[in-house]
Amino acid sequence: MSVDKDTVRRIAKLARIALEEDRVEPMERELNGILAWVEQLQEVNVEGVVPMTSVVAQKLKMREDVVTDGNIAEAVTANAPVSEDNFFVVPKVVE
Amino acid sequence: MPLPSKLTDFTLAEARDAVLGRKISSTELTKAFSKAVADAKPLNAFVTETPEKALEMAAASDTRIAKGEARPLEGLPLAIKDLFCTKGVKTTAGSNILNNFIPPYESTVTQNLWDAGAVMLGKTNMDEFAMGSSNETSYYKPVLSPWRAKNSNAALVPGGSSGGSASAVAANLCLGATGTDTGGSIRQPAAVTGTVGLKPTYGRCSRWGTVAFASSLDQAGPMTRTVRDAAILLRHMASVDPKDSTSVDTPVPDYEAGLENGVKGLRVGIPKEYRIDGAPPEIDTLWQKGTDWLKAQGAQIVEVSLPHTKYALPAYYIVAPAEASSNLARYDGVRFGHRTKEAVRDMIDLYEKSRAEGFGAEVRRRILIGTYVLSAGYYDAYYTRAQKIRTLILRDFEQAWEQCDVLLTPATPGPAFAIGEKSNDPISMYLNDVFTVTVNLAGLPGLAVPAGLTADGLPLGLQIIGKAFDEATVLRAGRSIETAANFTAKPQHWWAA
Repeated sequence: MSVDKDTVRRIAKLARIALEEDRVEPMERELNGILAWVEQLQEVNVEGVVPMTSVVAQKLKMREDVVTDGNIAEAVTANAPVSEDNFFVVPKVVE
Repeated sequence: MPLPSKLTDFTLAEARDAVLGRKISSTELTKAFSKAVADAKPLNAFVTETPEKALEMAAASDTRIAKGEARPLEGLPLAIKDLFCTKGVKTTAGSNILNNFIPPYESTVTQNLWDAGAVMLGKTNMDEFAMGSSNETSYYKPVLSPWRAKNSNAALVPGGSSGGSASAVAANLCLGATGTDTGGSIRQPAAVTGTVGLKPTYGRCSRWGTVAFASSLDQAGPMTRTVRDAAILLRHMASVDPKDSTSVDTPVPDYEAGLENGVKGLRVGIPKEYRIDGAPPEIDTLWQKGTDWLKAQGAQIVEVSLPHTKYALPAYYIVAPAEASSNLARYDGVRFGHRTKEAVRDMIDLYEKSRAEGFGAEVRRRILIGTYVLSAGYYDAYYTRAQKIRTLILRDFEQAWEQCDVLLTPATPGPAFAIGEKSNDPISMYLNDVFTVTVNLAGLPGLAVPAGLTADGLPLGLQIIGKAFDEATVLRAGRSIETAANFTAKPQHWWAA
């Protein structure tokens, strides 16, 4: 399988990474290089094999569904590039 | 053994015994290492140096020692890979997108080290988001290896992604360092810098507070100058942690205890699939030497087969980018990290521009690959198939354990290469991890031990792979390799002012 330029533009959109028009062609080439290389996985017979969900045999732990932390709005927003009164600031999303 | 004349030449074990035995103070030791760090700017091993914090921690350690309240790593200066969040100290993950990120919390692994008394010298440089095998993808410029080939001044890579940690350990800038290993990022840099690197079993160390790359593969581990030092550090990094549900509730043993017990009667598997075409003959020769060393010490050598080995690397380059594309979705330019200064039309435009500016080329490439293999219509063909192949790779190891206790393999397909040599060819770069990546896919422990030099005078390592949670045996076999190899070479001290 390989990707074309439209697919590259589509996945860049899905990944929310702006891709300049002059970067589409090189990215198409790079991605197709990798996809051609992973193509060899098609030769493995995986009939009846269960996909791995955990490398170490263990049951996912459960915990009490209780609040263990909180009331640290200032710490949570401390690294925000733009914030106001412990709120994150974003461009207008509702007209 | 007489102690070295320079404090920075001490091993972690020697420094521990000297500090706890009050022969030297933590403050003396910390000053010596902080000066070595400050003098080693040409290596670019550190993104952030924290000499004041180090001195404060050292003074606190000296007070505890005076009061008879010393802890196991009291006063010992370490370097921390810049992937571990450190409270109040900038943590970049080697990326522009985290250029201003100051974590309000501490990673569990580093908290465990501070709770054991260790001192932080600074944060080490690394490939961006741990994606790379040479440290060239770092936003903060490449790290140089302290090693140079004979009769050459050409700059060599220290491997990656934990290249800053490897360079710092090899150049005696710290007693030991933390690294992380998703496909070989501890063992490959350790091998090419003549140092020891251990990737523990998945779940042995908590991943909490470590910037995530591929969550089903990421694991923290120690990078040191000796196998004993790795045994000491791992004990104080590992823990079960309520904040990481994949950390495993198995007691952390004293890995030092059985270290000198030797390999008599140990069954050592030699996987024939690790003999690859195109590897330099020096790799095979060293592997044979390692086999002979263990045999001479009483190990039983067994030829084994791991038939799916060749599919590990391509399977990894589906699984790891898929998980990365999901993990790195959090960098949105809103909650933390870089935000574009350009005018934006709307929310989506803000995301797209902030992420395009913040991520480097390799990270963008992997996010796009990951997004593609997870997208509708391709998920089963790529991701599900890769996870099935992972099951087969784990099964290969489980079958090998019926015949042997550990495996011995080369650590890398070659020595350190020149800066720029492989950076334009992603796949040739990815092949650096051909011997290490299988271990991550199967969750097993793997140890790189320095074992010899190439004809050009560059370090090469061997790898010991063990059963899940059997780090003690892996370290014991590694110690036997270390004893036999008697690797004493050090790089020329060209970098200091």
